[in-house]
Amino acid sequence: MSNVILKVSELKTYFFTRRGVVKAVDGVEFELRHGECLCLVGESGCGKTVTALSILRLFDSPPGKIVDGQISFDSLNLTECSSKQLRQIRGKDIAIVFQEAQSALNPVLTIGDQITEQIKLHLPLDSNRTRDLAITLLSDMGIPSPEKVMSYYPHQLSGGMKQRVLIAMSLSCDPQILIADEPTTAVDVTIKAQILDIFRELKAKRQMSTIFITHDLAVVAEIGDRAVVMYGGKDVETAPVSEIISNPKHPYTIGLIDCLPDIAESGERLVSIPGTTPNPLDMPTGCTFHPRCPEVMKICSQKEPPETAISKEHKVSCHLYT
Amino acid sequence: MKHKLNHKLLQIRNLKKYYPVTAGFFSSHIGDIKAVDGVTFDISEGEIIGLVGESGCGKSTLGKTIPRLEEPTGGKILYRSKDITKLNKKGLRALRREIQLIFQDPDASLDPRMTVGDSIGEPLVIHNIGDEKERSHRVAELMKQVGLEAGQAGMYPHEFSGGQKQRIGIARALAMNPKLIIADEPVSALDVSIQAQILNLMMDIQEKFGLAYLFIAHDLSVIRHMAHRVAIMYLGKIVELADKKELFENPLHPYTEALLSAVPSFKHKDKDRILLRGDVPSPLNPPSGCHFHPRCRRVMPICSQVEPKLSEISVGHFVSCHLY
Repeated sequence: MSNVILKVSELKTYFFTRRGVVKAVDGVEFELRHGECLCLVGESGCGKTVTALSILRLFDSPPGKIVDGQISFDSLNLTECSSKQLRQIRGKDIAIVFQEAQSALNPVLTIGDQITEQIKLHLPLDSNRTRDLAITLLSDMGIPSPEKVMSYYPHQLSGGMKQRVLIAMSLSCDPQILIADEPTTAVDVTIKAQILDIFRELKAKRQMSTIFITHDLAVVAEIGDRAVVMYGGKDVETAPVSEIISNPKHPYTIGLIDCLPDIAESGERLVSIPGTTPNPLDMPTGCTFHPRCPEVMKICSQKEPPETAISKEHKVSCHLYT
Repeated sequence: MKHKLNHKLLQIRNLKKYYPVTAGFFSSHIGDIKAVDGVTFDISEGEIIGLVGESGCGKSTLGKTIPRLEEPTGGKILYRSKDITKLNKKGLRALRREIQLIFQDPDASLDPRMTVGDSIGEPLVIHNIGDEKERSHRVAELMKQVGLEAGQAGMYPHEFSGGQKQRIGIARALAMNPKLIIADEPVSALDVSIQAQILNLMMDIQEKFGLAYLFIAHDLSVIRHMAHRVAIMYLGKIVELADKKELFENPLHPYTEALLSAVPSFKHKDKDRILLRGDVPSPLNPPSGCHFHPRCRRVMPICSQVEPKLSEISVGHFVSCHLY
């Protein structure tokens, strides 16, 4: 398809630790289309954040290494780019918003310093225009009196404000792709609604292509166009969001939806997925979900399930559908 | 699920907890952070009260003030009609058998150098119950009740997953056969699939032992699932209190309305969202009158001048807002 802006195929990112190899991402595949919001969904340790970091190669190496796979962006394969080339892309073409606004901002620099740092690096603007751009970005994010905020330090801002600053910062060079790693996780519901509103607006006004990482399916239902459900370092189901919600196929996706308190009638028992997420040093054989799966069959522990197409847009990796 | 409404377990009357703020060389007193500012409500035996609010609204402080982990600045806490704000050390120790806490972060609430069996059994040692053999018996029994194996008692916290650690925290809280458990965001640090397991466990235990819970959470869907009655807190005050069904179907306070509409949801995808502007104001210098008025979409002139009182609008439905 021509409107694919980023394509990740067979991506494998391993961490070589003293205690063994952690296969954080083990064969993930998806594509990001122009102007869409693609959600990576999964529980902690499923590899969703490492997938995002792999795109910009933002993990420590060693121990981390992309051992296989391709990330195609703009006729480039990002896995083969030199670090110099990548530096040109980071922040300019592909920007990232991190989860914890608190630790993503430098406590000893002013907000103004931190926003303009990236603009100075990538855009040929003089200092006055850089400052103007930064102020415009802040006010676009709905930050009151942005001129004043420019001289503030991070501790003078609330959590929601810091998250806005980070989003403003990531948008400073007008990137083609925005990666957001759990931007709504550490904030209150009312602030969460405000942040989601910003992302909705970005999509409507700028046709921003976004990779949105979250563990919260309700958030996915709110803003996602398509979703990739991840488990144990692999993508287990990919489909349009409406399809994932109304017609989930993979037992893990079904479990994830059923265990939300939102769905169950109050007072009833919640459906829960037994067991816990697997130890990354010791992944189960075959389908990594089989020890927790209610539909487990003999073949599941022996063979990794291939990807099966349910429909043109709906793919699932499970032996039930092969 | 049945709770005896006439048996009041805990009655909180105008409870206040202020933290003094000092400044300068002589640490002169320049103001108070009113974390809990005049809270009044009851908990009946076997009842689950959900306490909801944004961060900084004082819900955790309230949870800690009830068993007097924080000394209240004013007001009364009646446990079985006895004022516990004046209890001495000995009385407090007895009280804390009856009121137990479950904390948010299971990692931080377990001593990494103690085996989980010792952690669970520690309250028994402190309260001098049974001999060593009886205690280890009790620990094994408790571990089974929360879905762990008795053989795991000799293991250390780092050998458990987050969900299991929260089970250990629950087992420890149950050790003294409490009547009231204050659960401070017990599932917010857990993954969704684990969250459901813990919520189910807490429901089972509640039914089995007829416990009362004060369930503190910011996640309204969790509260909706668990609670019988729900209290909404904003800047140290309860702004609305009602039966769960009533509160979710007929929210009266504009803040409750906004909170409910802010929750991302599967079911009501295209609902009209009420977006609150701005953040929660600083508790050091809260807005005059109704604390919520600068963010309220139905603000009236009176709101910035007079503080509204919590009053009963219909049976069991309390709200503090000038609209009513």
